Amino acid sequence: MAARQASAALSRVLLGADPVRRAIYILGLVPAVWTFYLGLTDQLGADPQNTLERTLGLWALRFLIVALAITPLRRLGGPSLIRYRRAVGLLGFYYACLHLTVYLVLDQGLDLPAIWADIVKRPYITVGMLAFTILVPLAVTSNAPMIRRLGSRAWQRLHKLVYVATAAAAIHFVMLVKSWWTPEPAIYATLVTALLLVRVWLYAQKRLWPNARPVSRPARAGS
Amino acid sequence: MLIRRPSDIAPSEITPRDVYLRRREFLAGAAALGVVSGLSALFPAKAHAAPLTAAPSPLSTTDEEKTTLANITTYNNFYEFGTDKGDPARHAHRLTTKPWKVKIDGLVNHPGDYDLDDLLKPARLEERIYRMRCVEGWSMVIPWVGFPLAEVLKRADPQGSAKYVAFETLVRPSEMPAQSGYFQPLDWPYREGLRLDEAMHPLAILAVGLYGETLLNQNGAPIRLVVPWKYGFKSIKSIVRISLVEKEPPITWKSQNAREYGFYSNVNPQVDHPRWSQATERRIGEGGLFGKRRPTLMFNGYGEHVAGLYAGLDLKANY
Repeated sequence: MAARQASAALSRVLLGADPVRRAIYILGLVPAVWTFYLGLTDQLGADPQNTLERTLGLWALRFLIVALAITPLRRLGGPSLIRYRRAVGLLGFYYACLHLTVYLVLDQGLDLPAIWADIVKRPYITVGMLAFTILVPLAVTSNAPMIRRLGSRAWQRLHKLVYVATAAAAIHFVMLVKSWWTPEPAIYATLVTALLLVRVWLYAQKRLWPNARPVSRPARAGS
Repeated sequence: MLIRRPSDIAPSEITPRDVYLRRREFLAGAAALGVVSGLSALFPAKAHAAPLTAAPSPLSTTDEEKTTLANITTYNNFYEFGTDKGDPARHAHRLTTKPWKVKIDGLVNHPGDYDLDDLLKPARLEERIYRMRCVEGWSMVIPWVGFPLAEVLKRADPQGSAKYVAFETLVRPSEMPAQSGYFQPLDWPYREGLRLDEAMHPLAILAVGLYGETLLNQNGAPIRLVVPWKYGFKSIKSIVRISLVEKEPPITWKSQNAREYGFYSNVNPQVDHPRWSQATERRIGEGGLFGKRRPTLMFNGYGEHVAGLYAGLDLKANY
């Protein structure tokens, strides 16, 4: 009896309530661990700080984009992955934290005047900091007790800000390259724009033809 | 990744050192025998690093650690091959640098299409160990092999009205992948320019090698400019044209974004790039992941040599 209880407790700790969600968190952190490992073993090329900083920032943007794609995917008839959205969104926030930490500590060596000058004088850093600042309250409220406290409507309204944060993150990426036709930032900016447009389209559809049959399954509460 | 390492180069592709060192006798002998056309077998179309002899120069920086050859040859901005720092090392092997001609034209008394060998023949190669500061905020220390640009200009004999020197990089979409397709990062040819007095300064060199060997393509083979007191993008690569002109010539980055890049582009820690500070720089290969930035020096540390060129010039307005 005790042994069974113990093994059940152990599997709860290892797998959590939802093993898929736990797997997303663990797999999601693999790129960070791997890139840090490459950096520590001198395998990140000529400018390891810059490579680490950019890799972490890029993964933050990728997770935010995936999190944003989940609802349109379901509305357009795809599978519902809504129960994993929080995990993906939080991974985006964790990567944004790591990205910012590398910038503050490794890149700038915590030179506070230089960092402050960067934030107020360099538009791409201002925009990046804006994206991060918006993500903080979203991350803090990404748990059941906070949803209860805020109430579902207020919580949903607050979390619409993720669109602003992701757009700011994509703009931050585009602004830091020297030539507009650098493929990678252009591709990410296009993806974010497309996701925003899908959202606007779905919203317009709901407002303009409220009685029309929805293209897809009706939205479930709390989505 | 298709980075050609020295170990990938067939020994048959490299001119043996003793043959190379006796190349002049060899050429004379070959010419006498009328077999010059057969020489192409000895100098293959794809230029790989071959040894060069160069005299040391008092203008070299000697108290700083040199950046490794691996970093110098794999971390490059050469947008003709792509915008990623690794693209030049990945793609530049496709470029053929033999034969190579440099057109010298404009306000000169001896214009012409010069074969690279003709430009090099009278030159006495020197090793110049220079700091190289990129506008992006990183730097290297590179042991170039080259000769003063002034020598080429003097031989071309500029006319009195010549005030500027304009340079152009090769345009060859078949061998430079970013020069074809819908989304090209810049307008080609890549253009750069110097004021004539800057170009005549002894620190400004045409480089043909580094670390005692000929340049690899990703570093601007077979011949490039090196102007160590200016941001790296001024040091134009794989030059095919040098023109003496009267007015300030258009240059690529300024045409692309005049607010961010100026004609002078002297290294200046007090004048920030609009998107980032220029007060500090990261020395490539120094300290790895935990390396500290170092302060950027006025004129990249060459102020005692070049500050005089800019007496009375507002360096904030003329960035």
